[in-house]
Amino acid sequence: MLEARELECTRGERRLFSGLSFRLGAGQLLRVAGANGSGKTSLLRIMCGLLLPSAGELRWRGRPIRAEREEYSRNLVFIGHLNALKDDLTALENLQVAAALGGMPTDAGRMRAALDRFGVAHCAELPTKILSQGQRRRVTLARLALSPAVPLWILDEPFSALDVGAVVELERLLAAHLASAGMVVLTTHQEVQVVAQAEQRIDLDVHTAVLLAA
Amino acid sequence: MIRALGWVLRRDLLLAFRRRGDVVNALVFFVIVVSLFPLGVGPEASQLRNMAPGVLWVAALLACMLSLARLFAPDHQDGTLEQMLLAGEPLVVLVMGKVIAHWLVSGLPLVLMAPLLGLQFDLPADALAVLCVSLLIGTPLLSLIGAVGAALTLGVRGSGVLVALLVLPLYVPVLIFGAGSVGATAAGTGAEAHLLLLGGFLALALVLAPWASAAALRIAME
Repeated sequence: MLEARELECTRGERRLFSGLSFRLGAGQLLRVAGANGSGKTSLLRIMCGLLLPSAGELRWRGRPIRAEREEYSRNLVFIGHLNALKDDLTALENLQVAAALGGMPTDAGRMRAALDRFGVAHCAELPTKILSQGQRRRVTLARLALSPAVPLWILDEPFSALDVGAVVELERLLAAHLASAGMVVLTTHQEVQVVAQAEQRIDLDVHTAVLLAA
Repeated sequence: MIRALGWVLRRDLLLAFRRRGDVVNALVFFVIVVSLFPLGVGPEASQLRNMAPGVLWVAALLACMLSLARLFAPDHQDGTLEQMLLAGEPLVVLVMGKVIAHWLVSGLPLVLMAPLLGLQFDLPADALAVLCVSLLIGTPLLSLIGAVGAALTLGVRGSGVLVALLVLPLYVPVLIFGAGSVGATAAGTGAEAHLLLLGGFLALALVLAPWASAAALRIAME
């Protein structure tokens, strides 16, 4: 469903990777691995359409993602390494704004249920600036619990700053999403167990090595 | 679409309300700059009346520019802007919501404050009314043009000075016709022509500026 052909990414003078192709179908997990600075985040941003690849293209259901940007955006959830929370808004308000931007209903009951999945329902009325790093990450991840119907999840280091309980909860959520024919792309440095029918792996270090040899 | 615009507007107004200090800063700046002029120039009524339109308009323009740095930069820093680019709604609509919020928070208070400050300059009642109308048309224009400048300089070091350089040339016609309308009323020639031209600029900016800002934001996020 998501298909990449011969992607190449150049940041400044440096070529991060090139000739990167993959196909991601329903129920599949794609792990992007690589050392720091190997271009994992750039690849994920290219997949979201935030960054233009210097060569190659991405197709969603057979059509270039640039052609129907809003339509494609409605089919994906992106969680970057920034939490995308406003410090002065409460956890609930942050989640409501995120849901509204994603075109989802914003009733408080649904929001609280999502926060509860990540054990931060008691923080719903607190401004996120007073929450701990881990709690803020949990509030951000609650967006996933809101979006089971959105097929493509693109997650940049989703497990960072989480404690054991939250890691287990997230693993469970990802497995459930994959089992219901969702797609997940993620980068992580932690050893996490996500059950998937099919798993692919892109190792950007290998791509870089090929580039250096060429 | 309207729903997303409403949420962005609501969000930005809520944020402005929780950070009232920032909003009050620009307003206090406006009041102080305008109030210092009669003290510095002297209390001669005819002289004050002549310079009032220019002083009020320049101060409003600078106050508006002060707040441009807060339009996109905080959202850029915490990643919420990224999420807006990935929203299922056209970015133009979301940008429009942010511009409306910016005007309500930093433009409208200036409009409401202006007649009071105009009294310090011994402006007659009809000139005060025209001043209000010209600011009412002109300040949304400042927000719209400013949004393009703020989007273009997003993430650039020393963006404050750069915004001023980019935006000021475009602010000049607004200033000329805005201040000119008040001056024309005082001179007895009528302000319609000036106000109509300002209205024309506003219509043009309403169509073009959100598109330009949205395009600039996409480039800035790459």
